[in-house]
Amino acid sequence: MEYTHQPEAGQVQGHAHASSHEFDDEHHHAETFWSKYVFSQDHKMISKQFLVTAVIMGVLGMLMSVIFRLQLAWPGQSFPILETILGKWGKDGILDPNFYLALVTIHGTIMVFFVLTGGLSGTFSNLLIPFQIGARDMASGFLNMLSYWFFFASCLVMFLSLFIEAGPASGGWTVYPPLSALPQAMSGSGLGMTMWLISMALFIASSLLGSLNYIVTILNLRTKGMSMTRMPLTIWAFLVTAILGVLSFPVLFAAALLLIFDRSFGTSFYLSDIYIGGMALERNGGSPILYEHLFWFLGHPEVYIVLLPALGLTSEVIATNARKPIFGYRAMVASLMAIAFLSIIVWGHHMFISGMNPFLGSVFVFTTLLVAIPSAVKVFNYITTLWKGNIHFTPAMMYAIGMVSFFISGGVTGIILGDSALDINVHDTYFVVGHFHLVMGSAAIFGMFAGVYHWFPRMYGRMMNKKLGYAHFWLTFISAYGVFFPMHFLGLAGVPRRYYTNTEFPLFDNLVDINVLVTSFAILAAVAQAIFLFNFFYSIFKGQKSPQNPWHSNTLEWTAPVEHIHGNWPGAIPEVHRWAYDYSKPGYEEDYVLQTVPLRPDEKDEGH
Amino acid sequence: MTFLILTTIALFVIAIVRLMNVYDLSAEIRGGRTDDRATEGESRNMAWLWALFVVWLLGFLAWQFFEYKDDLLPRAASAHGPAIDNLFNTTMVIITLVFALTHIVLAYQIVKNYFRNGRKATYFAHSNKLELIWTVVPAAVLTGLIVYGLTVWDDVIYPKAEDPIVVELYSKQFDWTARYAGKDKVLGKSDYRKIDAGNDLGLLNVPEANDDIIVKGEMHLVKDKPVLFKFRSRDVIHSAYLPHFRVQMNTVPGMETAFEFTPTITTEEMRKETGNEKFNYVILCNKICGTSHYNMQMDVIVETQEEYDKWMREQQTWRQKKATASAESIIQ
Repeated sequence: MEYTHQPEAGQVQGHAHASSHEFDDEHHHAETFWSKYVFSQDHKMISKQFLVTAVIMGVLGMLMSVIFRLQLAWPGQSFPILETILGKWGKDGILDPNFYLALVTIHGTIMVFFVLTGGLSGTFSNLLIPFQIGARDMASGFLNMLSYWFFFASCLVMFLSLFIEAGPASGGWTVYPPLSALPQAMSGSGLGMTMWLISMALFIASSLLGSLNYIVTILNLRTKGMSMTRMPLTIWAFLVTAILGVLSFPVLFAAALLLIFDRSFGTSFYLSDIYIGGMALERNGGSPILYEHLFWFLGHPEVYIVLLPALGLTSEVIATNARKPIFGYRAMVASLMAIAFLSIIVWGHHMFISGMNPFLGSVFVFTTLLVAIPSAVKVFNYITTLWKGNIHFTPAMMYAIGMVSFFISGGVTGIILGDSALDINVHDTYFVVGHFHLVMGSAAIFGMFAGVYHWFPRMYGRMMNKKLGYAHFWLTFISAYGVFFPMHFLGLAGVPRRYYTNTEFPLFDNLVDINVLVTSFAILAAVAQAIFLFNFFYSIFKGQKSPQNPWHSNTLEWTAPVEHIHGNWPGAIPEVHRWAYDYSKPGYEEDYVLQTVPLRPDEKDEGH
Repeated sequence: MTFLILTTIALFVIAIVRLMNVYDLSAEIRGGRTDDRATEGESRNMAWLWALFVVWLLGFLAWQFFEYKDDLLPRAASAHGPAIDNLFNTTMVIITLVFALTHIVLAYQIVKNYFRNGRKATYFAHSNKLELIWTVVPAAVLTGLIVYGLTVWDDVIYPKAEDPIVVELYSKQFDWTARYAGKDKVLGKSDYRKIDAGNDLGLLNVPEANDDIIVKGEMHLVKDKPVLFKFRSRDVIHSAYLPHFRVQMNTVPGMETAFEFTPTITTEEMRKETGNEKFNYVILCNKICGTSHYNMQMDVIVETQEEYDKWMREQQTWRQKKATASAESIIQ
């Protein structure tokens, strides 16, 4: 808390060494428990705070999914444990239809925002940006601390909304008005929805504070020699993600604000010609389509805000463990940017059949299918990175390759959904649920697991258990496919999402088996996560002590001492002389060359 | 019971903690720490597990295609249905191939290149030629798919029939109402402020509305005759989903949406074909709309022109309905 950020100002390229002497112990004051563990401004601690919060939220979201999967596989069956856990929402052990909708809504919100946005970006941008660019800390430690505490408050509000009388928000994670705008429309649209919106506003504030900080830090605080093209792909991914967040989250804020106005202050931005609860609504003249546009203007980039950091982590883990430079570094950067740019102009593919002008639909088909090109480039580059490699299958590497697998299998079905003519029949069916759980859910969570296993020694100074890591990987990997592959087939058979039960339609009678299969795999996946939780918390306290550079990696975070200290490096900040991917470079004894090793006179640097 | 479960879990966790301690200690005794990175043996095992997994994955996919083939895309019962299905099948073949090939290549690379002691990877940082290939090839394939897809979309989505049956499909929590335009082929205007117990749709008292025919529970259509659906919603967004006809459109309060299509198979024919006596075409709601979203349905009967005309004659017009209702209220 106490050390001044003055030195950072002079840390821009060229001055790193001159200023580092200001960094000695007499500037440090005694840390209290509060300043070290709670209101910490240190990026390493904030990163751990984000991770642990996300793990807790993730467990919550996962348990919710198990509960509603039970209902989907065995509708109407009594599970006495539900009454124990849910009280009045699980009367006689049968899940209440309203609470079913609440569960799918909060499950989606938690997973998309709290785990995969806050958890993924928050953890790894915070941990790796200062470490990998050679900075003492974030540009603003204070804003960084605020970013976490806004996130925490946001999680807390969402969590508390589970306990209110009428239940939490239940209009689906997209909370389309008028359903979400009018308490008469469903019980979850009362106080629960208000809390959802408050939580989301806090979350957006957290995300913006974080993103602005990441951008400023990456652009200004790179150490001497760390040109943009020498940055690891993780940092590129975090930079592009942060820019995307800054461009799109404010639009979600606008959408939420107008919704708050419609709900509480008598406006009608989204309301028109409505008769509900036995009364005609006085207010008139708005359009729910406006909300859809505003929501998806964030909503689609959000998919990539979730995915790009996962791709960045994967790139780093794959290169390190294949002992090869990432193939096509520049193409990887360019495709990150292309994906990010395209993601801003494809939001309409969520609205092909919303009543939007069909011509506009055609335009969005065009832009949407283009996303497949940079995505294909990334996949082929990953595969080529493995070619003639010397692959160490650490648990992190397993997860990274698993991520590539999901990115392929979830990505290709996007070509069907992005084609408006095909979307007519599969829109809002389980095909969509299967698709985005693979490409955004599983791929991103696997990127996150890769990150956790890989950088755990950097965070906690200890190793996670390898064997448990393998067990966790295989069970999770198989069950993720077991859950989400069959969902595509349910969708093709016409099963809509967000149905409490499919038994009302004889059309779906043949499909009961699929739902049982899916739920069985979901339970297996949940059990597998217990292995992870155990490994994670056990290793924090009891894991084997980590060496300084356990994976023989090139990047700067492994040149800092295992022990966490303020300012990351004792003495001078390291200077960078080469790009991050000199693995197995001819002419070197070892199969890695740290970025801090000066180039030999005749040596060419791939980065510049 | 709950106590028992909790105790079991707690004991299990403690047991694992002890085991882990023993494992770490024995590793130390055996001569220092275990290797942090994967050993050659571990890498080989994992690589072969990967290969096995890809075989399982492809087999799992194939099994599902086989197992559920009868339920996938139920036979298209509309004129535009086959066009969508062809596009779907073409796309599906391409993406299944891409999926299978990339996974096979992935597994091959994994098995070929897992870590062996004393081996060094090849330093290969980029190749413009390769990158050009996998930019251009996907781009070419996608251009084809985009052009194909948009052609179908344009054919399907714009209403163009000369003299379709005009039906208003009206949604509210949690049912559907169909309104036929009547003899004048014009749907009478409505105003949501006019809605009351006897006037569910808020129709105005005008001649165009008075001859309209309003039905609930099931609606009828004519084989090979185009129908133009006009959608309205009373309260929240719903979505009219008719999977057999490859038709779906959101119904939005405050605006009118539309979808035109031509049914091509009668309900009777479909019952024979599927061998299911009780088969019915259905309209489902496919946009979350509240508690009973999962049970908001209407049957659709497709029949010949004669059957349809006969059914139509049995229906009361809006004017007749109003008269019956007021007569009943007088009696009461």
